[in-house]
Amino acid sequence: MPSSTEPLPPQPGFAALTAPKWRSALARLKRRPGEKREGRGLLFGTAGALFLAAAFGIAWRAVTYFKSVPEIGPLLAGKLLGMAFLAFTSILLLSNLVSALSTFFLAKDLDLLVAAPLDWGRFYLAKLGETIVHSSWMVVLLSLPLLGAYGIAWDGGPLFPLVAVAALVPMLVIPGVIGSAVTLVLVNVFPARRARDLLALVSIIAAGGLVLLLRVMRPEQLARPEGFQSLVDFIAVLRAPSHPLLPSEWGSAMLMNWLTRIADPLPIALLWTTAAAFVVMGAALHRRLYVSGFARAQEGADTAGRGGTWGRSRWLLPGMPAMRREFILKDLRIFFRDSTQWSQLILLAVLVVVYLFNIRALPLFTGERVPVFLVTLIVFLNQGLAGFVIAAVAARFIFPSVSLEGRLLWLLRSSPLDPRAMLRSKYLVGTLPLVVLALALTATTNTILRASPFMMLVSLATVLAFTLGVGGLALGIGTLYPQFDSENAAQIPTSFGGLVFMLLAIALLGAVIVLEAFPVVEHLRAAQGGDPVALPGPQGWAMFAAAALLCVAAAVVPMRLAARKLGSLEA
Amino acid sequence: MIRLRGVQKRYGRFEAVKSLDLEIPRGELFGFLGPNGAGKTTTMRMIAGILAPTAGTIEVGGVDIVADPMRAKAKLGFIPDRPFVYDKLTGAEFLRFSAALYGQDGPTVEARIDELLELFELSRWKDELTESYSHGMRQKLIISSAFVHRPEVIVVDEPMIGLDPKSARLLKSLFRRFVEKGGTILMSTHTLEIVEGFCDRIGIIRHGELAACGTVDDLRRQAERDGAGLEELFLRLTGEHVEPDLDAVLD
Repeated sequence: MPSSTEPLPPQPGFAALTAPKWRSALARLKRRPGEKREGRGLLFGTAGALFLAAAFGIAWRAVTYFKSVPEIGPLLAGKLLGMAFLAFTSILLLSNLVSALSTFFLAKDLDLLVAAPLDWGRFYLAKLGETIVHSSWMVVLLSLPLLGAYGIAWDGGPLFPLVAVAALVPMLVIPGVIGSAVTLVLVNVFPARRARDLLALVSIIAAGGLVLLLRVMRPEQLARPEGFQSLVDFIAVLRAPSHPLLPSEWGSAMLMNWLTRIADPLPIALLWTTAAAFVVMGAALHRRLYVSGFARAQEGADTAGRGGTWGRSRWLLPGMPAMRREFILKDLRIFFRDSTQWSQLILLAVLVVVYLFNIRALPLFTGERVPVFLVTLIVFLNQGLAGFVIAAVAARFIFPSVSLEGRLLWLLRSSPLDPRAMLRSKYLVGTLPLVVLALALTATTNTILRASPFMMLVSLATVLAFTLGVGGLALGIGTLYPQFDSENAAQIPTSFGGLVFMLLAIALLGAVIVLEAFPVVEHLRAAQGGDPVALPGPQGWAMFAAAALLCVAAAVVPMRLAARKLGSLEA
Repeated sequence: MIRLRGVQKRYGRFEAVKSLDLEIPRGELFGFLGPNGAGKTTTMRMIAGILAPTAGTIEVGGVDIVADPMRAKAKLGFIPDRPFVYDKLTGAEFLRFSAALYGQDGPTVEARIDELLELFELSRWKDELTESYSHGMRQKLIISSAFVHRPEVIVVDEPMIGLDPKSARLLKSLFRRFVEKGGTILMSTHTLEIVEGFCDRIGIIRHGELAACGTVDDLRRQAERDGAGLEELFLRLTGEHVEPDLDAVLD
């Protein structure tokens, strides 16, 4: 029997402990023999560069505009940076909650690590680091154009990137520690599976609430001081959400001090000491609660969920062949029983509310008579906006549906299931609700915009054809670029295939709008000539027909290719 | 009946299965043995229509699985080695869905579901989501799904993993009765004890080729002629008979 005086084995270094993670990430980047990835890399690289360039352009315009405002320029710029950092911190808090549950309690390497004679402090730091990297990389990427714009506009000098890193690191660590600690407490109260559901729901509601709050705050008013009754009101609004105890305020103050050459070490001291203190407190909490939390996370079997009312739902679709009916019901049951899936509907609702709010906020009907041309133009372009929303919803809900069958492919491929029947069922389940949403959205926004009957009809027909097309496109491209290993439906649209789908959907939308521009202009000319119900001529109708054909092709061609791929898929 | 003629499967340059010929008639339980990576699972997945052979023909119940996959698959029940099911469906819903994939529906299927769940002692869990099932319960649910549509042929990959002794015994009896009633079973396993007293014939696969094939008695006689047991013969045929230096590892 080993004596208690026997020396403990030496502890692995941080690099060795995290090696499986960063080595796996490097291996993913390396090309396998025979694998062609140039096209994929080029497309991803171009899309990423375009996105970053666009973000930089917007940030640059805002920062240079604020900088040019006399007297209150730095205050405005600091305010904007503080708001951006506050939004980043809120996003980080939510994503750390979900990431921490996965890295600390559900990851596959935990059995190995927990069974090893590993010092708890090293374990905590390694897992905290992993959590922070997982949940923060996107925020860091988004902050690059913003901070770049500040650095260049205010001439931050060659040391500005270092100062920015010094401000960002503690702002990433603090939400990481808070997220991990909250998850630790939750897992000690609820079993891991329930905690995951709860966290997913809380995150979605909070993210939705945040988006709604930011929109309802009408940040565009900051750029229009003339809308306020006095300068005092304006400055009061500028100062409103500031709080001296928020790390985002310290980060913004630290960067603005550097850029405006103010020597004040307080913000940086506050940031780093708070981050260090949080890590110490987080580690202490981890030491106290982790073992019991991890043990609870292993107990899943006592939380049996029941089939509930869905058990009788097969009578909802009478007369349908058994195979198709059960496929539809299976997809609906899984969607509405999985809180990580149905809770996305909350985000969708927020998206719709923000969209409607934006349309209502347009300064169109404020008393003055608005030209018919302008209203028609906005109604026509609104089709594009609605189409973009529909494409985004299709990417989230329809695109992943075949990928989500990944682990069950053995059953689908070994049974006499016709791939076309499977795709048709999935198309029906995904596209029908989308059609209802698209028509409701278009009818409501057109009513707000007081569209003419002709434009209302054109918009409704266009959005119907586009939705039917984009539903097939999402399903087809989702099958051609499947992510069978992914269990998280929300991550699947962020893949290469998701990017291909969005590009194709936007191209389809653009083509439809360009084709329809001709008959709409024809109608507009006639309306301006005194005939408000004028219909387009044969050329105009040909354009409508071409747009409709394009939508049909967008659905049929990818679905056919997808059926062929499913038929020859090896699992 | 299962018939394989010159079946080959390549993954790029790697040849997982090399020109395999095999015939398993009606009423036979065939044991498929081999070390890890020998090509057992690849062969079984080709028979189930999940993988396409690079060359050769596969018939299930007299129907070519490549030329007429729907008709061939309708005769087949496949039990994979890993029991993946839909977590958010109940046991009964999963079986109902499986039956629907074979175009079966209605009161007959409901009675069949109750019968199978009763047999595998899952009735109590019928309306519980499968996310709360243990590994063994999931395995039993998947076995039930392979029988729900009354197939002619069962292809089963490592069926005993995760089953308790009582369930393992029940499964053996079920398989035995199935072949006695004219069914065909191809079963892969690593465990010699399982095939010894259970399978009608055994095939030993090594590096994608059939190294030996015959009844258990045939193989045992061959082993005795060589002065070895069945296990020794299996290890010799699969090239794993050289004992590593265990002391060097343990000291």
